[in-house]
Amino acid sequence: MLEGILAGVTTALTLQNLIMVIAGCLIGTLIGMLPGLGPMSIIAIMIPVAIKIGDPSAALILLAGVYYGAIFGGSTSSILINAPGVAGTVATSFDGYPMARQGKAGKALTIAAIGSFAGGTVGAILLMGFAPALASVALLFHSAEYFALMVVGLSAIAAFAGSGQVAKALMMTVLGVMLATVGESAQFNAPRFTMGIQDLQSGISFITLAMALFALPEALYLVLNPARSNTGKDGEGGEIKDLRITREEAKKITPVIGRQSIQGFLIGVMPGAGATIASFLGYAVERNIAKGEDQKEFGKGSVKGLAAPETANNAACTGSFVPLLTLGIPGSGTTAILLGALIALNVTPGPRLMVDNPSIFWAVIISMYIGNVVLLILNLPLIPYIAKLLQIPRNYLIPFILFFTMMGSYIGQNNATELLLLTGMGLVATIMRFAGFPLAPMLIGFILGQLLEDNFARAMSLTDGVSFMWERPMTLILLILAVVLIFLPSFRQQLAMWRRRGVADGD
Amino acid sequence: MTLDRAIAGIFVLICVIYGYTAFVTMEAGLLPFERNLTFLPNTMPKWLSILGAFIGLIVIVQSVPKEAGEIDPGEIDVRNLRQYKLGQAIALLVLMVAYALLLRPIGFLAATTLFICLGGYVLGERNYKLMVPIAAVAAFFIWYLVEQVLGIFLRPWPWFIYGGA
Repeated sequence: MLEGILAGVTTALTLQNLIMVIAGCLIGTLIGMLPGLGPMSIIAIMIPVAIKIGDPSAALILLAGVYYGAIFGGSTSSILINAPGVAGTVATSFDGYPMARQGKAGKALTIAAIGSFAGGTVGAILLMGFAPALASVALLFHSAEYFALMVVGLSAIAAFAGSGQVAKALMMTVLGVMLATVGESAQFNAPRFTMGIQDLQSGISFITLAMALFALPEALYLVLNPARSNTGKDGEGGEIKDLRITREEAKKITPVIGRQSIQGFLIGVMPGAGATIASFLGYAVERNIAKGEDQKEFGKGSVKGLAAPETANNAACTGSFVPLLTLGIPGSGTTAILLGALIALNVTPGPRLMVDNPSIFWAVIISMYIGNVVLLILNLPLIPYIAKLLQIPRNYLIPFILFFTMMGSYIGQNNATELLLLTGMGLVATIMRFAGFPLAPMLIGFILGQLLEDNFARAMSLTDGVSFMWERPMTLILLILAVVLIFLPSFRQQLAMWRRRGVADGD
Repeated sequence: MTLDRAIAGIFVLICVIYGYTAFVTMEAGLLPFERNLTFLPNTMPKWLSILGAFIGLIVIVQSVPKEAGEIDPGEIDVRNLRQYKLGQAIALLVLMVAYALLLRPIGFLAATTLFICLGGYVLGERNYKLMVPIAAVAAFFIWYLVEQVLGIFLRPWPWFIYGGA
């Protein structure tokens, strides 16, 4: 193994490969900032370039750099304009955007950069140590467990619900899953719930829904209530100072980053929704274990709430390389595209990769460290300039936000119907937010809905019914955990109420 | 009736229609051999419609209106609706629909420039000398990035340049 690592270090540190890492991170960050272009599309666009390079390690290093850069770029648009272009950065906007509105955009971006760096680096260390062992654990997970894991992911929505809002959050989750059933499913060719509209046959696109639920209502609120945009204004020169994280904040986020690096990585290892589930669960877990005031701050600009998903999604990105490199199984859409690129480069990922091509295997892992360092060096000095975007006058900023929102959903499908769908759903989402319905659970339901149905179908077909839910111990444990996650917040609230009453009676 | 109750009511109605489609319409459309399969296209929709209607009813029963003191001025609340600039928001939504309908006929560059300029106009911007060039340059830059660099096709010019197609 040591020989392999050394060979990897020498390969990764050649000038050509260093340039590849830097170029990849830079391209990824810049394009990733545009809502609508997630890592998957950027990597797909970069594949011809990678194949032209010819050298598999250099090509893979470039693509891995693009991957990290795109995830960080996506966080930037989530934090600054509440437009998460990638499912993995949706959770980042929950606390990142409120921080930006409070004039702490610089600080939020710094926390995101540090969280990403720590998550990615710890992930790479874990990947080195446990790749082969983890791959065999991931193989133990069957469709039944994946189904249960998705249910746990969905039940985590209870964490996004304020007091007495659990039912509303659940309602939105179910609505999201229902929207995911529109169009042709992977299991059957027949279109469902399309109401005869041909453009709906391929289903509703994720990016259109994400823009309609987050970016559009936010832009409309800025129009409706101009005072809202003023709250985000910084004083002169206050911005640079804002970049710094206070000692108290550092103390708060350090344990969060530590926990989420490991948890995110472990979730990333399991083929499934990878970074997305990792970031949602990371947020949910941290919110549940936070106490008192800390917990109340979640959703209003909590540093913990921002650090958790950012760390977890980057750790999970690294984790998703485990099944890809060791088993040849892509755990997510992005790694599936990477798999295609590898095969085009004449490299067959799988258990033999480590033995046959150790320099490629280790060079990629070593380049992950370098990539993380490059991202940090690249992004920290740029943050004040990126944060300045928010100081563009409202009359210019709002039309541009609306335009980027529309571009996001148009580019993916090249279809003007998407724009009409975006406007309609955005209007409905705005009205729902007026009524106090949380919108995040709907998007989570939509993202996980399809995976949930696919795994449910497979598990049911294997066991000829739903008996897998209680026959497989791991599935049962996960389902019980999901139920606990749903009822825990209500129970805690009830408990607190009883206690208060008890104290009052005692008086 | 409060707005959230009304929305929950509409949601329950959607669940009923969704459930009717899953239980009746889709069931009738199944092929003979499909009836023996364990998992069908309408299996999950059936579960979802029941679960959804149940949760929707809970929301209707549980919903408690916020007290006046609880409203945060920065927060969005329906009771502040009269103070909001509703006209501007509606005008921008209409502009978005117009953009969607005009994007192909008049081309990306013209549609985008018009959208950004008119959007600014709706919001009260009257400095046309600055607004128009910024909009035009931004439209061209985005078009160049998306079509020339990334290779995603965006029709730049109006229909008559393409011979009326």
